[in-house]
Amino acid sequence: MATQILMPALSPTMTEGKLSRWLKHVGDDVRAGDVIAEIETDKATMEVEAVDEGKLAQILVDEGTEGVAVNTPIAVLSMNGESVEMPPATAARKSAPASPKAEAPAPAATAIAAPVAMGPEKDWGPTAPITVREALRDAMAAEMRADKDVFLIGEEVAQYQGAYKISQGLLDEFGPKRVIDTPITEHGFTGMAVGAALNGLRPIVEFMTFNFAMQAMDQIINSAAKTLYMSGGQMGCPIVFRGPNGAAARVAAQHSQCYASWYAHVPGLKVVSPWSSADAKGLLRSAIRDPNPVIVLENEMLYGQTFDCPTDPDFIVPIGRAKVERAGSHVTIVAFGIMVGVALKAAETLAGEGIEAEVINLRSLRPFDSETVAASVRKTNRLVTVEEGWPFAGIGAEVTMQVIENAFDWLDAPPVRVHGLDVPLPYANNLEKLALPQPEWIIDAVKKLI
Amino acid sequence: MAQAAETRKRGKTSAKTGDSNADRAQLLTAYRTMLLIRRFEEKAGQLYGMGLIGGFCHLYIGQEAVVTGMQMAIGDGDEVITSYRDHGHMLACGMDPRGVMAELTGRAGGYSHGKGGSMHMFSKEKNFFGGHGIVGAQVSLGNGLAFSNWYRGNDRVCLTYFGEGASNQGQVYESFNIAALMKLPTVFIIENNKYGMGTSVERASASHDLSKNGVPWGITGAQVDGMDVLAVKAAAEVAVAQCRAGKGPYLLEAKTYRYRGHSMSDPARYRTREEVQMMRTQHDCIENARHRLEALGVEEKEFKAIDDEIKATIQDAADFAQASPEPDPAELWTDVLVEG
Repeated sequence: MATQILMPALSPTMTEGKLSRWLKHVGDDVRAGDVIAEIETDKATMEVEAVDEGKLAQILVDEGTEGVAVNTPIAVLSMNGESVEMPPATAARKSAPASPKAEAPAPAATAIAAPVAMGPEKDWGPTAPITVREALRDAMAAEMRADKDVFLIGEEVAQYQGAYKISQGLLDEFGPKRVIDTPITEHGFTGMAVGAALNGLRPIVEFMTFNFAMQAMDQIINSAAKTLYMSGGQMGCPIVFRGPNGAAARVAAQHSQCYASWYAHVPGLKVVSPWSSADAKGLLRSAIRDPNPVIVLENEMLYGQTFDCPTDPDFIVPIGRAKVERAGSHVTIVAFGIMVGVALKAAETLAGEGIEAEVINLRSLRPFDSETVAASVRKTNRLVTVEEGWPFAGIGAEVTMQVIENAFDWLDAPPVRVHGLDVPLPYANNLEKLALPQPEWIIDAVKKLI
Repeated sequence: MAQAAETRKRGKTSAKTGDSNADRAQLLTAYRTMLLIRRFEEKAGQLYGMGLIGGFCHLYIGQEAVVTGMQMAIGDGDEVITSYRDHGHMLACGMDPRGVMAELTGRAGGYSHGKGGSMHMFSKEKNFFGGHGIVGAQVSLGNGLAFSNWYRGNDRVCLTYFGEGASNQGQVYESFNIAALMKLPTVFIIENNKYGMGTSVERASASHDLSKNGVPWGITGAQVDGMDVLAVKAAAEVAVAQCRAGKGPYLLEAKTYRYRGHSMSDPARYRTREEVQMMRTQHDCIENARHRLEALGVEEKEFKAIDDEIKATIQDAADFAQASPEPDPAELWTDVLVEG
């Protein structure tokens, strides 16, 4: 029996190489693991090891030959000591299968589009005023009561009752096994929580602010978001990452950043950003029940604000649905998180001047409710996007593109983006105000369009 | 699940001294597993050379005794997680060589349907949690697996493997701290194969005894000869018992050696051929086990039978990995999110 030794691929990019030297010669005994030749690849000179044992019967490619294609037979090895007379071409192996380039194109992406045909939003009946802070706490408490696999982990969430008092009372109700203080160690505890989720638990990870989640970015993106895909669907990661996002008040550049477009960029994640108490409660409950990793971008400035929230114990807001907060016919203003309030303020002023703005609260950034936004633009024919974050590659850019793709023919004017200035957020009181979107900016943008 | 938990085998204790039949059976099992891994990896290297496997491919050849010995000390339900040099771990966990090899060739029959590749494979059924491509990331994740055991109040243990190169990552120390603080049942195993890619451990770590890296957190550590499968098994039993008893994490440093390059494209110019040859000829874990088995009276025909059986298994895996079709293009869009 004889076997051919083929020109090996020795790097992910190698297609051919130079056979620079033979270290074994015809007639030599070869053991598995022996270096038989040296090959120059596009990267380095590499040694070729024998895989099988036998006697080197023939050398088919002389040393010094350049441009030897991968999988070309370079030698013949006789096994079990028999002699070999084998023409080089007879046993040429089938080369690697062609890449699927030529195949039919795959179906178009649906991952970022929200489910369609959702019907009108459910009327949840009576409401009562609560703060966003209470809404978030109530959402966690309700889900923790319902499912013992849900637990809260983060810095100061237990004994301190939350750095921003979101987790007030939870330690008392659920005990230290389900409300867990961690050391200041974002990378370590985030990875741990992701591991627990891969093993079937349902962690809620509180980041004191999302600025600190950058320390844990690898675990959020590479481990939480991608494992389901990389495991062929075997291993999901039901986890919530939540905490305040964006500017607070005069805490300067390292503590004031909107991460919406960072996370919304990533397949495998869902991203929501509540504005009102109802958003906060309903979206967080959905996030905790979701079998996927969900980023909940809250805002410190909203925690103390009071909004009416449905009192129905089953109240929930589905992920993937935007909400028309104010109906209007002249222009569509799309905002999320704290900017919804700023947009509503602008709309009020505009109404005094006879301009009726429709204000859309996105609530979910991924999946994105393209249909609600496009339907509004088909009615108003004008679009203004508002975000606290930076403009370049931001959410406003994406919203605009979604409208271009879905309602281009209805646009009467180029869309306008209102956004935080393209600078790290400054500390000085006056400079900070100058850098963040104000109602006047939105009013000016709308007037440019009309 | 609860019934499975009750019936699962637990921390098989080592054979009684002097019970040569038990020694023999145990060592034969270890020999078979190590040989399976080696032949699998050789075949993977061969298929890579033929262009049937792409991308990065990190072979475990030389280090087989580590995972084989560790695995002999755990029971059903215990979790395993490791880095990207993961083929050996999967085989030792009992995953099907066909599914592993077909993942390497990027085919539909692979464990991840061709979407993970060499570095990203998982088996929920076998409690194998990957297969992670980012150096050190699996250490925090392993803490999470151990955490879930702590949370559920069971007595399962997580084996968290990483290399001596990864041991310099910050999150490894964050994980030591958390595991010690919470008394998590994690066995940290540093597979010290002396080179993190091309940088020797002496050039990368100011710590010269990596088993002591957990000392500031009070983590018990030990070094073990990672080329001796029975030594690894004995050390693993001590480590696993401590974790199972709720005494917190344990750090094992297995001194081992990889014969091949870091990955397939590594020319390995950072070490001498003599060094590699010395390890291969004098410290090889499989040869070592074979000599012991010979002394215990195992005959050539038994070795031959094992060899033949493994050769057939590997050939079958390689055939399957080439015959299995490439994934359907529709597979692109599946498993991005869990629906519903």
